[in-house]
Amino acid sequence: MSTPGVRSLSASTLSGLLILGVTGCGTADARQGDGSDKKITVYSGRSESLVKPVLEDFQEASGITVEVRYGDTAQMAAQLQEEGGRSPADAFLAQDAGALGAVAERGLFARLPDEVLDKAAAAYRDDGGEWVGVTGRVRTMVYNVDQVPRADLPGSVFELTEPKWKGKVGIAPTNGSFQAFVTAMRVEYGDARTEEFLTGLKANDAQIREGNAPIVADVDAGRLASGLVNHYYVYELAKEEGTGVDDLEARNHFFPNGDIGSLVNVSGVGVLEKAGDDPDVRAFVDYLLGTGAQTYFAEQTYEYPLVAGIATAPGLPSLSSLNSPDIDLNDLDDLETTVEMINDSGLV
Amino acid sequence: MLAVGVALIPLAYLATRAGEAGWDRMADELFTARTGELVVRSVALATVVTAACTALGVTLAFLVTRSDLPGRRLLGVLAALPLAVPSYVAAFAWVSTLQGDAGVGSFAGFWAAALVLTLVSYPYVYLPVAAALVGSDPAQEEVARSLGRGPWRTAVGVTLRQVRPAVAAGALLVALYVLSDFGAVSILRVDVFTRAIFTAISLGFDRTGALVLSTVLVALTALVLLAEQFSRRRAARYARLGGGAARPPGRVRLGRLRWPAVLGVAGVLGAALGVPAVSLLRWFGEGVSRPGSLGELADAAANSLGVALLGTGLTMMLALPVGLLSARAPGLLAMALDRLAYLSHALPGLVIGLSLVFFGINVAYPLYQSVWLLALAYAALFLPLAVAAVSAAVAQAPPGLEEVARSLGRRRAHVLRTVTVPLAAPGIGAGAALVFLTCMKELPATLLLRPTGMDTLATGLWTRTSVAAYAAAAPYAALLVLIAAVPTWWLSARTGVLTRTGG
Repeated sequence: MSTPGVRSLSASTLSGLLILGVTGCGTADARQGDGSDKKITVYSGRSESLVKPVLEDFQEASGITVEVRYGDTAQMAAQLQEEGGRSPADAFLAQDAGALGAVAERGLFARLPDEVLDKAAAAYRDDGGEWVGVTGRVRTMVYNVDQVPRADLPGSVFELTEPKWKGKVGIAPTNGSFQAFVTAMRVEYGDARTEEFLTGLKANDAQIREGNAPIVADVDAGRLASGLVNHYYVYELAKEEGTGVDDLEARNHFFPNGDIGSLVNVSGVGVLEKAGDDPDVRAFVDYLLGTGAQTYFAEQTYEYPLVAGIATAPGLPSLSSLNSPDIDLNDLDDLETTVEMINDSGLV
Repeated sequence: MLAVGVALIPLAYLATRAGEAGWDRMADELFTARTGELVVRSVALATVVTAACTALGVTLAFLVTRSDLPGRRLLGVLAALPLAVPSYVAAFAWVSTLQGDAGVGSFAGFWAAALVLTLVSYPYVYLPVAAALVGSDPAQEEVARSLGRGPWRTAVGVTLRQVRPAVAAGALLVALYVLSDFGAVSILRVDVFTRAIFTAISLGFDRTGALVLSTVLVALTALVLLAEQFSRRRAARYARLGGGAARPPGRVRLGRLRWPAVLGVAGVLGAALGVPAVSLLRWFGEGVSRPGSLGELADAAANSLGVALLGTGLTMMLALPVGLLSARAPGLLAMALDRLAYLSHALPGLVIGLSLVFFGINVAYPLYQSVWLLALAYAALFLPLAVAAVSAAVAQAPPGLEEVARSLGRRRAHVLRTVTVPLAAPGIGAGAALVFLTCMKELPATLLLRPTGMDTLATGLWTRTSVAAYAAAAPYAALLVLIAAVPTWWLSARTGVLTRTGG
């Protein structure tokens, strides 16, 4: 694949550096192959504050040491692709299905055993069995209770291009979750309808923000009437402000009847090819899908547990009642066209 | 050669990946209206910020070194400190300050980014120009005055011409910095190349597309370098003539303009330092999230210091030969090496980081995810800062002394070690300080290349702001700025603005 000339050129010019570095430090740090040595390396695209407690619990319960590397999900996917078969990682814990799909596409993941895959409903795992969902999140419309009467809440996300929402809807077009939502819309309604929706938002003076958190903060402060975000941001805001979620001015509205506006996306985990048979890694995946970790995610990060029989956080409608749109999450890795369409719509 | 090898890692990587993409893919990606827009906007932003930084940096440097500005010593040192503020912190501070109260429109877009970038990067011009103004020979100015030129016309026509190389070097760094910056443009939502590169990776999981776009940044850098090259004049003399004790230049009297000038300088400093400071204090006060422990913070600080020192050491080691060569043996080879060091300087840290991942995996696997590879990344990123400092310092050391040493039978290497380097030591130290504080602030490459499990102040700050835990993030940001402020303080102190001289 790569141009051998360039690679060997860079190798020969720079091999001197290797010597320099090694003699300079005297010791190259140990990095042997893993095997079942009670030690695993996890790349986490999910943030430290969310998953660290789970990983610590796992270490304590299993006696397996977890070396964890935190980063941005998409940048880690790029890093894994660059590392290829020589990656130090055993497992990749990702924020969204698209990133898992991108790594799986390069053939870097091992196939997971059926008994692992079966713990999550079919909609929330890879059809090829290369990754499995751990938690779910739902796209919602956050609104300010003083500015939007309950009766005015829309039944479908498509209504937001109507004149009565002009200048009142905040979106984060460069955010991954928004992208996944647009891709899902393309899969379900086709590109023409999606393009109409995007240009409609633009024409309706949609308010642009860099991410979900600023939208929720602005809605709560009354600077913005509403916005399209993930469901757990109001909980995070309440936590940061030290109040209950019902005391905020910002509330979640879930689009009814399986509307595309309430798409369910997942965070998930994949196991790298070399660690496919590593019992320590298997124990880690099992732990993520076990009662303890699933309950933790439900109670502490307000995400939806994907394993049956675990209760959701108080105040959230159940996953099944949401009647989520039937979308194959693997299709959400075709984001290139989506990015292009969003760019063309003038929203970015 | 080795040094240039390091600078070439990112370029070799880009060439490899772009080669994989093939011409068709590249053409598809590059010859679009959007790429054209990105080029125009990136170049416009770099031009505006560079012009503003030049005007601001030169004016400030002139005021604190060559005028009777009240409080100039304090202002002179403070004026360099914005360099310690990472652009993402500054941009976030501006946004949260201006949007803090309902009713204020959103602070974003081209001019907002131009403002923030100017405020954090003008010290790149201010510092070398202030140093040059303090060190320049007053003889030429006195000749001009004696021939009947007024003080202001002398200042503009003679003094500023003398410090032209310092201005050009600073402006070049600003232009390349603006092209490579991601922090400010992402927060303020300006669609420039770095943002498009990040968007391609984080939304499209499209590494190839991102790298193809990066090749355009390299081409833009080449253009900037060419422009700078053409602007240099040959055979100009900038060194002090004659021996004896250096005599400090005189000062221009501002007269009635004194107090407006102080207000102006204070206004700039208020915007560049006050806004981030107030904003950080607010982070402390707001919210209930708290940093995990002092231990974590101390570890992160120690790690930051460690990797920044290591990166600085390696960078300076690599920069020394290139700088020496370009100052003492100017020629096509030296110029080519010097320019090559700059060529990858406008690439965003993420791309440099990925290129070092590629290098680590394929060439230097034992070093992968060790601090050594991270140090190497810092060297690839910041080599130009060091090379510029070294070659400027060596150029100011009189070659006559070396010639004397040589004529007395000393070998070339010995002369280098015992004469040239000691003479240039302060300038080399200044380069090291600059590299050090830039390493401290670096984020994207650090995230990709740090050893698994290691946190620095920059990554700790990133971790906490990414979940909106601003109160927990504040100590990291504050400590980062404070530690980076130490070398900055020293940098500005050594320009001579602190010395009590002149009228």
